[in-house]
Amino acid sequence: MMDFYIILTASLVAINCALMGCFLVMRKMVMIGDAISHAVLPGIFIAYYISGTTASLPILIGAALSGILATIMIEWFTKKARLQSDAAIGISYTLLFAIGVILISKFGENADLDQECVLYGEIEYITGWLQPFIGGFELPKQTIILLIVCVILITAVVWGYKGLFITTFDPNFALSTGVAVTFWHYFLMSGVSLTTVVSFESVGAILVIAFLSGPPAIAYLLTEDFKKMLVLACLVGIACSVAGYYFAVWLDVSVAGSIATMIGIAFIVVFTFTSLLKSKADVISA
Amino acid sequence: MSDTIIEAHNLTVLYGRKPALWNVDFELPKKKVIGIMGPNGSGKSTLLKSIMGVVEPTSGFTKIYNQELDQVRDRVSYVPQRQEIDWDFPASVWDIVSMGRFQKRGLFKKLTGEDKDIITDSLQKVNMLGYAKRQISQLSGGQQQRVFLARAIAQQGDLFLMDEPFAGVDIATEEMIISLLKDMKDAGKTLVIVHHDLHTAQSYFDHLVLLNTRLIACGPTNEVFTDQILTDTYGGRLTTISKISQELENKEFPIRHK
Repeated sequence: MMDFYIILTASLVAINCALMGCFLVMRKMVMIGDAISHAVLPGIFIAYYISGTTASLPILIGAALSGILATIMIEWFTKKARLQSDAAIGISYTLLFAIGVILISKFGENADLDQECVLYGEIEYITGWLQPFIGGFELPKQTIILLIVCVILITAVVWGYKGLFITTFDPNFALSTGVAVTFWHYFLMSGVSLTTVVSFESVGAILVIAFLSGPPAIAYLLTEDFKKMLVLACLVGIACSVAGYYFAVWLDVSVAGSIATMIGIAFIVVFTFTSLLKSKADVISA
Repeated sequence: MSDTIIEAHNLTVLYGRKPALWNVDFELPKKKVIGIMGPNGSGKSTLLKSIMGVVEPTSGFTKIYNQELDQVRDRVSYVPQRQEIDWDFPASVWDIVSMGRFQKRGLFKKLTGEDKDIITDSLQKVNMLGYAKRQISQLSGGQQQRVFLARAIAQQGDLFLMDEPFAGVDIATEEMIISLLKDMKDAGKTLVIVHHDLHTAQSYFDHLVLLNTRLIACGPTNEVFTDQILTDTYGGRLTTISKISQELENKEFPIRHK
């Protein structure tokens, strides 16, 4: 049963990240996920300090608020200070993360928070928090939250598909037809923020980035239709979660690390395979 | 006055501290093919973008049909520069042209049969119907430009603002676009086109806006396409360009700009 919980949890993170990642990859701003997953640290600590608990809700709110603060900072540095967007991302998240580190080292001596957990997650221990779910069925608390977010994200992507698509492909044209490009930007960023915040607690920041960028990049190599890319990215993410989990069990190593490794290997394999196919096709057509 | 379709007053756009447009003031007539010309970095694209609300002017304003842009947006089609887009995006020709219908139908409703007819018809007009299912990364420069044009046609506006539609396209596409523009003008549309090639300016445009950050001249082509005004617009560069092209012509090299 533990296998099932861990694979289910990782797959839900994979789906959430794939949906957001496809848009981020096409907008060339995947690293914003990296930024948010680090920038949540001060928010988490302040929420912990004020509420005095490590209960999920205040922590989630704190994390989400500092995630959104990070996206606003990045937007502001890019638009107003005319900074390159990668430089804006670098400055914003390291600043916020560093503030978090200072806060914890100064006030958090007795805190049940550690920076390691932010980076690597604790998916192996997820079954420690089993909660009753529908019909007497039990699921870990993290998994239930991820499931709710998954439903929210699928609804948002289906409902907002055209808006997200047109502002990703051609923002200037979208603006010229009166589409609220800024609204769609923050709509997507809220989704990314939500995804990152609920995901990193269970799988860690590194795997969040791997899920945000890897499966969409693999799907991009495999299809020429954006809708198919969304579905394929989810499937690739799930496949890597399953493969990564059993790889970790086999070698008795970190689950998050194994899944991230699987994503990397999958990308190299698919890339090699598609470029071989392409060069073959070129030879035939020439 | 009633013949005016676009007017700009004291239009200034600053990028940082550098002016892209400085105090530009003009009125453009209806139902004409209008060229916007000037050297690189003279603010041509910025002018179109500020008319379309893509760039906020630092001061001054523009009006279309004597109204604010928001009130007439559905009558205006904008064709951005082809190079601004990632053509490796996983999308088909049909996907791109469908975007031309998003505005009329709204972002949350399905496209109707009527929309699909309009999209088909627009593709037909630019000879791209056979490529509807083609992935956009497989298109040539000229075909990409035709797709952009089809998207604008699908919007069914009566004012078209096009940013360098002739840049990097093959001769067949350029001729096709020109004959399409003539048809559109005959159907009562107004076309405003950012253009680079001085050699074709006289034959393509009824009216010209000559720009070099400031407005140099605006008027019917036969009145403003003079040596003096062109020298004012292009400065010393024009004489070099015309000397080189004269030289090439003498040596019978084919001239094709961009």
